[in-house]
Amino acid sequence: MTTHWTRKDLLGLRELSADEINFILDTADAFKQVGTREIKKVPSLRGKTLVNFFVEPSTRTRTSFELAALRLSADVINISATTSSLTKGETLKDTARNLEALHADILVLRHGSAGAPQFLANQLKASVINAGDGAHEHPTQALLDLYTIREKRRQIAGLHVAIVGDILFSRVARSNIFGLVKLGARVTLVGPSTLVPREFEKLGVEVSHKVDEVLPKADVVNLLRIQHERQRREYFPGIGEYIRFFGLTKERAKLLKADCLIMHPGPINRGVEIDSEVADGLHSVILNQVTNGLAVRMAVLYLCGGISA
Amino acid sequence: MKQTKQKTSGAAVAIMDAEAIRGALRRVAHEIIERNPQLTHVVLAGIPSRGVEIAQRIARFIHEIEKIDVETGVIDVAMHRDDVGTRSELPIVRESKLPLPLEERTIIVVDDVLYTGRTVRAAMDAINSFGRPAGIQLAVLIDRGHRELPIRPDYVGKNLPTAGGEKVQVRLEQTDGEPDEVRLEKS
Repeated sequence: MTTHWTRKDLLGLRELSADEINFILDTADAFKQVGTREIKKVPSLRGKTLVNFFVEPSTRTRTSFELAALRLSADVINISATTSSLTKGETLKDTARNLEALHADILVLRHGSAGAPQFLANQLKASVINAGDGAHEHPTQALLDLYTIREKRRQIAGLHVAIVGDILFSRVARSNIFGLVKLGARVTLVGPSTLVPREFEKLGVEVSHKVDEVLPKADVVNLLRIQHERQRREYFPGIGEYIRFFGLTKERAKLLKADCLIMHPGPINRGVEIDSEVADGLHSVILNQVTNGLAVRMAVLYLCGGISA
Repeated sequence: MKQTKQKTSGAAVAIMDAEAIRGALRRVAHEIIERNPQLTHVVLAGIPSRGVEIAQRIARFIHEIEKIDVETGVIDVAMHRDDVGTRSELPIVRESKLPLPLEERTIIVVDDVLYTGRTVRAAMDAINSFGRPAGIQLAVLIDRGHRELPIRPDYVGKNLPTAGGEKVQVRLEQTDGEPDEVRLEKS
């Protein structure tokens, strides 16, 4: 059992042990409670500077990190850059130098290239938190998904989790797969064969192309957003066809177990991957995910930003 | 306070056994009763992990003596400490639990060893984020001196003069799985 945290960076769930993941989730419990206090702010990161560096656009993740940092008393700077002006390599190195010059203590990075956070983590003394890198990992999203499942169902081991949608291009799916498998869940990936190739079975999960067969057995259904911006014609069957075969319509929702949890990382495409009635229905824990995201990010910033490099 | 965690290396001298700890905490319970006529407004809030256990024990003594159940709570100070960023590993942060609202209530902070006073300062900050209690008092099993802040305890199980290099080790059955004991380890 891990009793101490020693990492300065959070780059992905692949390199974390089950104990480390549980350590973050336990820490998040304490920080969730801070949100219920009269004064919702603790001095843990007072005097530290956090840079939110989002090369890809994002509102909810950036805002969640920003609020988490403010509740920990850190100072926050937001930098965004257009994807076109930055490429990996030379320019990222320049970015790193600039951030060092600002004496940033924590860098939250979203980047279009897989491995960019790792690259900067190796260069910088500052803590680097991956807020999504290409189709690689999005660890804090997976942690908040794990936290929400654990909160609702007490434990993750033994649960059957279906992840539905565009798995191939999804960093959320990848981080979830690593985390869920480590914590002992059974994972089934569901989607069209072009977006859910059989190679994923190597990660210790099952692959299905028939959502109607999986839904009745699932304890948790995590729906991924159809990323229109990443789709190429040859992979994606077209919206109408996707809804017909994979969309969680209200008819299809009748197949679900009574206590099944419906999750979605947002933003929701209502009427595409999920019907409005289902997104707002009893199974849905989508807004709990948002609240828990704040607690999980406070825990991650506290742990990675709180140790001496 | 965390000096108590180190493994024994030098010669350790037994300072208190289970009976002495029992007697000391029972006396502290009496003093708390004497100073706080409205015991229903008192909250014994322990600092994890041994402070929480000591708070429970004091609450049981108060119940034995006065037949009143005083409220208990937990104050985790980890997120309020002033040395974040200077340690190479971080311990787990636990949830703080205090009965609300704090107004009208007197919080008695309970810990095993009082040393520099920095943990107590962090505990007072943590309490203030929950509200504004009528008062805060401090109860410790051992006061070993060497304060770095203007803080003094209201209730002391035992005053133990120490040198800076010495370590005070508290062992409690519920938190450490060892018989109750206080030891002083010479440097």
